[in-house]
Amino acid sequence: MKYFKHTLVASALALAGLAAQADMTVGVTVSATGPAASLGIPEKNTIELMPKQIGNQKVNYIVLDDASDTTTAVTNARKLITEHKVDVLIGSTVTPNSLAMIDVAAESSTPMISMAASARIVEPVTDPKRKWVFKTPQNDIMMAVAIAQHMAANGVKSVGFIGFADAYGEGWLQEFQKAAGIKQLNIVATERYNRSDTSVTGQVLKLVSARPDAILIAGSGTPAALPQKALKERGFAGKIYQTHGVANNDFLRVGGKDVEGTLLPAGPMLVAAQLPAGHPVKKSATDYVTAYEVKFGKGSVSTFGGHAWDAGLLMQAAATEALKKAQPGTPAFRAALRDALEQVKDLPGAHGVFNMSPTDHAGLDQRGRVMVTISNGTWKYLSE
Amino acid sequence: MDFQIALMLGQDGIVNGAIYGLLALTLVLVFSVTRVIFIPQGELVAFGALSMAALQLGKTPPTLWLGVGLGLAVLAMEGWRAARGRQVEWGSTLLWALLLPGIAALWSLLARPTGLAAQTVLTLLIVTPLGPLLYRTAYRPLANATVLMLLIVSVALHGVMVGLGLLFFGAEGSRTPAFSELRFDLGGIPLTGQSLVVVGVAALLMLGMYLFFERSIVGKALRATAINRTGARLMGIPTELAGDLSFALAALIGAISGLLIAPITTVYYDTGFLIGLKGFVAAIIGALASYPLAVVGALLVGLLEAFSSFWASAFKEVIVFTLIIPVLWWRSLRTRHVEEDE
Repeated sequence: MKYFKHTLVASALALAGLAAQADMTVGVTVSATGPAASLGIPEKNTIELMPKQIGNQKVNYIVLDDASDTTTAVTNARKLITEHKVDVLIGSTVTPNSLAMIDVAAESSTPMISMAASARIVEPVTDPKRKWVFKTPQNDIMMAVAIAQHMAANGVKSVGFIGFADAYGEGWLQEFQKAAGIKQLNIVATERYNRSDTSVTGQVLKLVSARPDAILIAGSGTPAALPQKALKERGFAGKIYQTHGVANNDFLRVGGKDVEGTLLPAGPMLVAAQLPAGHPVKKSATDYVTAYEVKFGKGSVSTFGGHAWDAGLLMQAAATEALKKAQPGTPAFRAALRDALEQVKDLPGAHGVFNMSPTDHAGLDQRGRVMVTISNGTWKYLSE
Repeated sequence: MDFQIALMLGQDGIVNGAIYGLLALTLVLVFSVTRVIFIPQGELVAFGALSMAALQLGKTPPTLWLGVGLGLAVLAMEGWRAARGRQVEWGSTLLWALLLPGIAALWSLLARPTGLAAQTVLTLLIVTPLGPLLYRTAYRPLANATVLMLLIVSVALHGVMVGLGLLFFGAEGSRTPAFSELRFDLGGIPLTGQSLVVVGVAALLMLGMYLFFERSIVGKALRATAINRTGARLMGIPTELAGDLSFALAALIGAISGLLIAPITTVYYDTGFLIGLKGFVAAIIGALASYPLAVVGALLVGLLEAFSSFWASAFKEVIVFTLIIPVLWWRSLRTRHVEEDE
């Protein structure tokens, strides 16, 4: 009997060993602390909701925090690739980190799915390094065009712009200038501020004195509420637009009554429950919201986590294909995974419908955004 | 830019300058008494504001547990020192480590205050003991180290406290309701009650500090410690208690500054650092020694910030922090370098 027990243990160990050898490993680096923490934390939580098994294959997740720091993101990516031999990288939360990780992913031929927004992460697709890189959030230009369209349709002729004095604000200014050019909107003032500023009185006075019909605030998260509060204080009566970077409940809490009537483009999952029944994203977005809220509590979901969810869906769809061709842990599997990512078609996610191709590694179209307003302290879907 | 805009910017600059001024004063105070460049001062501002916000949401501010935990750690440290035959000043130890955190804990757990005034007092009661407790755990064991060493400890402590802030309050910011919802026009310039509260409280605190240092025996003892530590000790002034007291004042004023700005702007767990840094620029203008010059410097920083945000908003921070270079240059021309001899 004792002998039998030993063999049982031994064989179980051997089996476990075999299984471990063939496990698929997903390496994740998110900005769970530092300035981008409010984006990174829901992403990190979402990783816990990802499938532990794809087909018959067990999937391991290794999640590292890069503290919103570019150097740490690169170190994390190297560590994941060399020490943990990951099959795919997911991350990072913000654009600078993701851009810096591209080199690491490309030189080790590991597919990478970023959760940061800038189109520069995946473009130009002809760049041999970017062959390995995909991303889930909407391109800023999509959102900028949505705003410009809404402005033009509502009789806005002149626009004031105030944005973060960093990559986010600058990127938005560029994209919005393009979109405004298409819709013949006149940008009459451009101002900058820092997310840590305690006062934007100077900028707001200058904006108001230019008398625009509408003002676009390009900031992310709760710091975007500061200029809006200052504008209300100075009696600005025009329309105020925000970017999709503010789409979390903390913005509503901090903004209070001063952000009523704000207009913004956002991923459809923000208003998943209000989407019309036939909307292509309604079911997939609701799936994510339900899964997240069951685990982390009602009202806890944010759109940023949705980008991680979509990265998980893409990874799962591609891995199902790649597992037919190669064993995890091999270069062949990584290459097959990359090829499969590029072939993903009509995959509904939390933020839209993904159609990847060799020329498009972001894959979202206009189904990936809706216009939303803030009414009675909640997000309200605006049908176009 | 017309006259009205200039007045509005001036008003904005004075309100922010008043806050920077309070922080500059505490930095000067702490440095002159203990030779510590107290970088974590900014975190105490954020802790004050966010503890208040937590109280208003009906939660127990996690800073309370930090105070209680540090208090217990200090009691253990002092007990250990006593066991090794060192002299321990138990009166002040029990006050900072047991009595004040204990009252704060009992008050917030048993009878959670709902009024604005009571919440304000409780916030101050929670944050103030953090000053002396941090001093006793982090700085006092190194009281004879060089200024550079103490600065390194400050940087480390700053890192720890920002991390704790994220853990306690999360990544998102909070606002608190204004102490005064008053709004009126004065000669065409819109004024808010809150900005008057800020300037008024700052002025009162500065006056209070002036009287404290000029008129009270404790304040004079602190000044004596600042001027000459050994001499003060020879005159029977307990210089270690001076450290406690200056850190308690720093924490109290930091918390008050936090309560003052929280209704004006959104405060994040890391907001304090930049506010503290601007206070530091002001304190440098006062050469980390002169209180009036530090206040003047703070108003200068506030006004410069307001006007540069109007003219060149993209370069605002650059302009404010570049100010420190000519000031340092001018300072280094005017003063002889004195070798440190302690």
